Amino acid sequence: MGITRRAALQTMLAAGATAAGTRPADAAVLPAPPADAVGLLYDATLCIGCKTCTVACRDANGLEPDTAGSPDRLYNAPLDLSARAKTVIKLYADGPVRSYVKAQCMHCVDPACASACMLGALKKRQFGIVTYDPDLCIGCRYCEVGCPFGVPKFEFAKAAPRIVKCELCKERLASGKEPACTEVCPRKAVIYGTRTELLQEAKRRLAESPGRYVPKVYGETDGGGTQVLYLSHVPFEKLGLPALGDEPAPQLARSIQHAVYRGFAAPAALYAVLGLVMMRNRRSAGAAAPQGGADDDAR
Amino acid sequence: MTTRAEPIGGPLVTPATRGLAVLFGLAALTILWRLVAGLGATTALNDGYPLGLWIAFDVVTGAALATGGYVIGILVYILNKGRYHDLLRPALLTSALGYTLAGIGVTLDVGRWWAIWKVPVYFWNWNFNSALLEVALCIMAYVVVLWLRLAPALLQPATRGGNERLRRAAARFTSLVERATIPMVALGLLLATMHQSSLGTLMLLAGSRLHPLWRTPLLPLLFLISCVAMGFAVVVFESVLSSVAFRKRPELDMLASLAGIIAPLQLVFVVLRLGDLWWRGSLGLLFAGGGRSAVAAIEFAVFLAPVVMLASPSSRRDLGALFRAAMVMMFAGALYRFDTYLVAFMPGAQWSYFPSVAELTITTGLVAFEVLAYIVIVKTFPILAAEPRVERQAA
Repeated sequence: MGITRRAALQTMLAAGATAAGTRPADAAVLPAPPADAVGLLYDATLCIGCKTCTVACRDANGLEPDTAGSPDRLYNAPLDLSARAKTVIKLYADGPVRSYVKAQCMHCVDPACASACMLGALKKRQFGIVTYDPDLCIGCRYCEVGCPFGVPKFEFAKAAPRIVKCELCKERLASGKEPACTEVCPRKAVIYGTRTELLQEAKRRLAESPGRYVPKVYGETDGGGTQVLYLSHVPFEKLGLPALGDEPAPQLARSIQHAVYRGFAAPAALYAVLGLVMMRNRRSAGAAAPQGGADDDAR
Repeated sequence: MTTRAEPIGGPLVTPATRGLAVLFGLAALTILWRLVAGLGATTALNDGYPLGLWIAFDVVTGAALATGGYVIGILVYILNKGRYHDLLRPALLTSALGYTLAGIGVTLDVGRWWAIWKVPVYFWNWNFNSALLEVALCIMAYVVVLWLRLAPALLQPATRGGNERLRRAAARFTSLVERATIPMVALGLLLATMHQSSLGTLMLLAGSRLHPLWRTPLLPLLFLISCVAMGFAVVVFESVLSSVAFRKRPELDMLASLAGIIAPLQLVFVVLRLGDLWWRGSLGLLFAGGGRSAVAAIEFAVFLAPVVMLASPSSRRDLGALFRAAMVMMFAGALYRFDTYLVAFMPGAQWSYFPSVAELTITTGLVAFEVLAYIVIVKTFPILAAEPRVERQAA
């Protein structure tokens, strides 16, 4: 009897403990990008910071001006990605070392935002683009907690808010055009293509001018890989691209969920054990303790 | 259920209930404002800190403080300690109220609150990778289970009422619910185990943006253990308060033996947490200085304090000491949750968050409503045990 009860408690604690002991068994296997994956390649050494891409993005996506960085509210001047800015150009400057950097959704191979999203409002859909369906969004903002790049933004200013992020101009792609930002870039600092092509191009540039770049394509494997790739002459962390390792950002939380809830076996077992223990308790209590549990003292 | 519970009786309108109603009224107006004007106009939430007071307190801490039903359920039904049965109904009531308020808190917090019904309904879109989905579904189901478990108590006046049809319907429903006790209690315990641990899993998704003093795969286990301790503390707290407020004799024997269970739980938590920090090589961060080290140190202090306060058997039989230790325990669990959700979260130096007046008003008003509903319900319905049974005293 005591053993059964102990078993029940042990099973309950096991829910947490299994989680604790779990190291992702499949962590070594990187998730593969979808076969039709497209993306961007941004080369910080080519960008002149003209911000034409941000204007074209605003135009293509019908975004209202973001005047946060303009004290008199006269200019469109977003301070960072925001609910009114799906891409921004930022400047890193340390003495003579300078670099621009373009920020937008990275379209992760294994996105944390999509892993967080309860009903799949944010989800990798055609071409591996992480797209947003407001009909499936309740505005919980858990995607903002998950994204290691701080990309999804929420329309806090509105009573009927949505999540705002780059969707790689999916409507333009559908009509055979390329994304607005790459179309207008005068220096081809940001280009559009399939992820395979872009990765090849990036590696070609690294091989051709080895002294010019940090010898790495950011996004090839970082955070499980992204469909937007970066080349830079300054360390990537300086450009706001965090050192994430190769494990996908949502891997740890997900492996715990999966370990505990695989096939719903552990919860079903716990339910059965709890039920059985209660039935035994009730039988042993008999008619003497009709309130549902026998008193230890009474037995 | 033949526990001799009975309504406390007495006037419902007192200075205390009037004050609580005013607080709730203020919150209700603020809630209207939030629904019309949106989150940006009313809260301090932002894209760096998308989760704030309502999630950290109303939902995460509120649900953990509402585990009284869970822990007394384990004692009575699983560990077969029938002598705690008198504590079950009041614990279920605080649980049902606490979880209901957590549900209201979530509804106010989500930006697209009118679409929240889609979460349980659109099952073909469920994303099983999302710990939040599991928490949401579990809590929704748990609220239903808790109110069903209370239904016999809440329907008792109807079963004795004058209306024949109502009386028969109430009696039939009560017997239905009572016959389903075992499957329902098992479901309740399962749901609570699942979502209380998953509330810890939730913040693991923040990855490197969660400070290493709190980032551990043990989060679900630590959340589960600490919520059990909080549940015990709330039962002690609520029992002592009720005995004073309603001039009942306190269930001192039960409370003293409950206190004996709590202390080891707090110790297990501290040992696991310290061991985990050491294992991951983050123990040094406790002494690294700075705000987060200090907060983590305070956490350890308040988790250990009740162990010391309740060390001697005589202190466990001292109503004042019990009450103070229970308060510290509730504070410890709450602090751990606030830390994990807000203090440990590092979205970047450009972001900051401190709850707005509207957020504080709504949270205060919801807590006031919970206390008010508790008072009204125990005065009207048979929740609290009549008086400690004489034979127990003799035993």
